[in-house]
Amino acid sequence: MRDTRLVSLPLKPGVGYKPQHFADLLANPGPVQWLEIHAENYLGDGGRPLAQLRHLAERFAISVHGVGLSIGGAAPLDQDHLNRLKTLCDWLQPASFSEHLAWSGHDGAYFNDLLPLPYTAATLDHVAAHVAQVQDVLGRPMLLENPSSYLTFADSEMSEVEFLSQVARRTGCGLLLDVNNVFVSGTNLGFAPTAFVDAFPLDLVGEIHLGGHAVDRDEVGSVLLIDSHGHPVADPVWALYAAVIAKAGPKPTLIEWDNDIPDWPTLAAEASRAAAILGPVT
Amino acid sequence: MTEAEFATALMDPACPVPSGLVRPDGQPADRRFAVYRNNVAVSLTDALLTAFPVVARLVGQAFFTAMAAVFVRAHPPRSRIMMLYGADFPDFLASFPPVAAFPYLPDVARIEQGLRRSYHAADAEPLTMAALAIPEAALLAARLTFAPALQLIRSDWPIHAIWHHNTTGGPPPVPGPQDVLILRPDFDPVPQLLPPGGGAFMAQLLSGAPLIDALSATPPDFNLAAVLTMLVNGRAITGLAS
Repeated sequence: MRDTRLVSLPLKPGVGYKPQHFADLLANPGPVQWLEIHAENYLGDGGRPLAQLRHLAERFAISVHGVGLSIGGAAPLDQDHLNRLKTLCDWLQPASFSEHLAWSGHDGAYFNDLLPLPYTAATLDHVAAHVAQVQDVLGRPMLLENPSSYLTFADSEMSEVEFLSQVARRTGCGLLLDVNNVFVSGTNLGFAPTAFVDAFPLDLVGEIHLGGHAVDRDEVGSVLLIDSHGHPVADPVWALYAAVIAKAGPKPTLIEWDNDIPDWPTLAAEASRAAAILGPVT
Repeated sequence: MTEAEFATALMDPACPVPSGLVRPDGQPADRRFAVYRNNVAVSLTDALLTAFPVVARLVGQAFFTAMAAVFVRAHPPRSRIMMLYGADFPDFLASFPPVAAFPYLPDVARIEQGLRRSYHAADAEPLTMAALAIPEAALLAARLTFAPALQLIRSDWPIHAIWHHNTTGGPPPVPGPQDVLILRPDFDPVPQLLPPGGGAFMAQLLSGAPLIDALSATPPDFNLAAVLTMLVNGRAITGLAS
């Protein structure tokens, strides 16, 4: 029996919505049954973005994915921003709301990126308080996503899995497992992605993300993977995803492709690959 | 290491990477920290490039990118809603010495910012031409209300011609002032050139003056019918109040 409180999207592929795919999605969605939007792109007052979103929401389940709330920041959450997210969720009534274990601003400035935090008792306290506040304001449970990491903090006192598990236990939130991020972080930080997944509380996972990464190197020649969302999902990430689904059963699975956005058939083919791994779910 | 130290080093490449950020081998993660620096610089610069493509075309992309690096450090976003990032950019251009020889750049940037504001503005139900067919005295006494998508940009420079020449390939600009009205007839905002006197006229109307007062600021040959037609076709008039 699935926990529909945390797993509220179809157990099928979805894609990150891009306006250039609007007509294709309506004419030929292929295996895609739900769409994810970046909340911040739909916080304007009107015009085409909101008109398209209203139209799409009649046909597809919608996941609202915030990228700017800075849940991992030391400062209090931006109340105005949280209120705007509430307004969006109130009229759209999305199937799911999710955000990141990251911070993205400091002292009033916003950096438009997902920045890392040390995993300590102190950061655990404020992340859990922020997640609880988001859930209170939105009146719904949220999913918290594991980040992609390029470095570690000497100050960290616990693993990322332990940190996320504790946030979920304290707040009742669900988790968004980004399988590409696990692979990127594992490669960059030197842990086994399979061990991360084995330790992860998969029963709390309400959504999976799959995206492409780029390959770089650091100053000592070690492989440094960049979470670029500009490529097809890499084969080892597909293998890790298949292992997750084999263990956890089918989960709502998003293909993220945000840069060098491909044509619709290319994106739909990625969704079909996820559908094949998810299997025939009723 | 604090968030403040991380944030300071993030926005200032001359600042050393904070200690306590490490590679898997425990050594300082300088190259890895550069990923975050690069992500932030690229994402904010790309946001400006998306918002101000004509300014970028006028100064060249390499120059624009270098100028954007200066701007984003002095004016990082204050809102998480990036669609309107760069509201300070026209004023920055007006005070940035390397572009002092291009005095029209700030107003071209104002057109581009106006297009973005218009695109995301609230929807509004417009009046039809029939609704304006009221007795002349009543029309002249009326105050008009406008769709939020309407934007007025007034300039001492031929900004409409510059914008057109660098987007749809219109004729080269000739010197002279131009006032631009941005209207959104459906979902796509269009910059329209106002006739002489149209900028002062629209500024009066937007400040709430009745039509007759706005007309008093216009030249004798001002074509009221043309401007009203432009407004109606642009679905820009939302109300008439006496």
